[in-house]
Amino acid sequence: MPNDNGNTGHDLAVSVRALHKAYGKSVAVRDLDLDVRRGEVLALLGPNGAGKTTTVEILEGYRSRDSGTVQVLGADPGKPTKAWRSRIGIVLQSVNDAAELTVEEMVSHFAHYYPDPRDPGDVIDLVGLTEKRKARTRQLSGGQRRRLDVALGILGRPELLFLDEPTTGFDPEARRQFWSLIRLLNDEDTTIVLTTHYLEEAEELADRVAVVNAGKIIEVGTPARLGGRDSAVTIVSWDGPNGPETEESAAPTGLVTELSQRFGGEVPGLQISRPTLEDVYLRMIGAAR
Amino acid sequence: MSATAATATTSTRGTGRKTQGPLPSALRVGLRRGYIEIRQFLRERDAVVFTLGFPVGLMILFASIFHGTIGHTGVDYRQVFISGMIASGIMSTSFSSLAISIAQERDDCTLKRLAGTPMPRAAYFIGKVVLVLVTGLLETVLLLAIGVIFFGLDLPQSGARWLTLIWVFFLSLIACSLMGIAMSSVPRSGRAAAAVVQPPFILLQFISGVYFLFSALPKGLQQVAAVFPLKWMTQGLRSVFLPDSFLGQEAAHSWEHGKMAVVLLAWCVGGLVLCLRTFRWKGRRDG
Repeated sequence: MPNDNGNTGHDLAVSVRALHKAYGKSVAVRDLDLDVRRGEVLALLGPNGAGKTTTVEILEGYRSRDSGTVQVLGADPGKPTKAWRSRIGIVLQSVNDAAELTVEEMVSHFAHYYPDPRDPGDVIDLVGLTEKRKARTRQLSGGQRRRLDVALGILGRPELLFLDEPTTGFDPEARRQFWSLIRLLNDEDTTIVLTTHYLEEAEELADRVAVVNAGKIIEVGTPARLGGRDSAVTIVSWDGPNGPETEESAAPTGLVTELSQRFGGEVPGLQISRPTLEDVYLRMIGAAR
Repeated sequence: MSATAATATTSTRGTGRKTQGPLPSALRVGLRRGYIEIRQFLRERDAVVFTLGFPVGLMILFASIFHGTIGHTGVDYRQVFISGMIASGIMSTSFSSLAISIAQERDDCTLKRLAGTPMPRAAYFIGKVVLVLVTGLLETVLLLAIGVIFFGLDLPQSGARWLTLIWVFFLSLIACSLMGIAMSSVPRSGRAAAAVVQPPFILLQFISGVYFLFSALPKGLQQVAAVFPLKWMTQGLRSVFLPDSFLGQEAAHSWEHGKMAVVLLAWCVGGLVLCLRTFRWKGRRDG
């Protein structure tokens, strides 16, 4: 895995240095640095109120910043132009607009805003709303509504797509479908920045995860390596002659080989586990508090 | 994880995308917005009843209950009332409808979503203009037709009066639309919008010569009403539908077309300035 530094500006979709934003006396984002490489999926993780949404809304050109340098697709999002807007896609949280329009009408209408939109029918198929295309948006379930939001976000063939907690309220099957959609978009070289509360989602989709807490990025890394997860102690447990036994090991393969010899082949009730992303994440958030 | 692989393919596709077509023009997108605005309006039964139906119902009710000749003018009270109701209808389809619907659209993030797309911002307002023109015209024709068919209202008697109807209609519609757009920033939430917008409008109707003869109101109220457009709109419509024999009942004993145009134009200019300075694409919760 390449590390954060040493990238030239050209390879970066997003570059943030020393970003600062306060609302009155409460500081939402302090001295935040972040790079998003072109073509990657970056997940922003963090507790509520950590500054995720503020950061993303500054990148989306919705919110002004107090200080710091921000470049999104080579431009300052503090001065958004229509041409720049046509290159980014935004999937917002909790939009409930246009209750009386059908899915098809809504997507076809929004296609008129973009210089080179995808085919509205294709987009509806892509997000899995084909059967609901004639339904009024107020008749859609929460999950279907979110898929419509995604459809509108990707309609203009964005180079960079922002997703703010996109799968909140999805059932497990809808979530899996959504994940494959994100992978598909990413295969088409769409850079994706998503915020999420679901660690499995970050693990499933993200090339890199940035953990935000109290307005700062406390660590950026691949899901497998975040917080030293790959080198963390592994827990090996098995059923011994006198009941369950557990041993922490830095070299689990050796331990298992030894156990296998001891039991003459199969080790009864063998379990090997490394800390989950959730374990690591909670430890990081806890330590920062 | 495929960060490296994905980065490698990006540069080729990324440059290919820069050759995109021209951005759609504000007028074209605006007309498209007008079309979906009208579609949404007609599908929303509440809005149709509230905005279009309410003035019609009131007119039928009042015109059925109250009638009788006013003084020696030879003019039936109904004709005065219907003129005022048409003015109210114009204000209802522009001021109330825009103030309420935009406040709701700000609250449900319609505006935020639009602001995040390359849609030219003027297109949103062009769409509202189209909506207001169509609903305002529809309302006026509806009230006029009911007035003529059931309550003995005479259509304008000369070309000059038709001309007055046209300029008063458009100037009123523009002034009230701009006031409505500015007013949309006042309610704290979409749900409170109707409760915040309707009372001042109803109050204004009582003091602007819609339900009562304007000249019969106390002088103080007349002066307050003269600051706002509705008083001038009702007067303008009376000058279209009532004979000059009614002038004796007008507060100024004149239709005051010049003054009327000046007040309505002043509201257009003031409203535009207010809109430009106060319009927000985000709700209060969004900070």
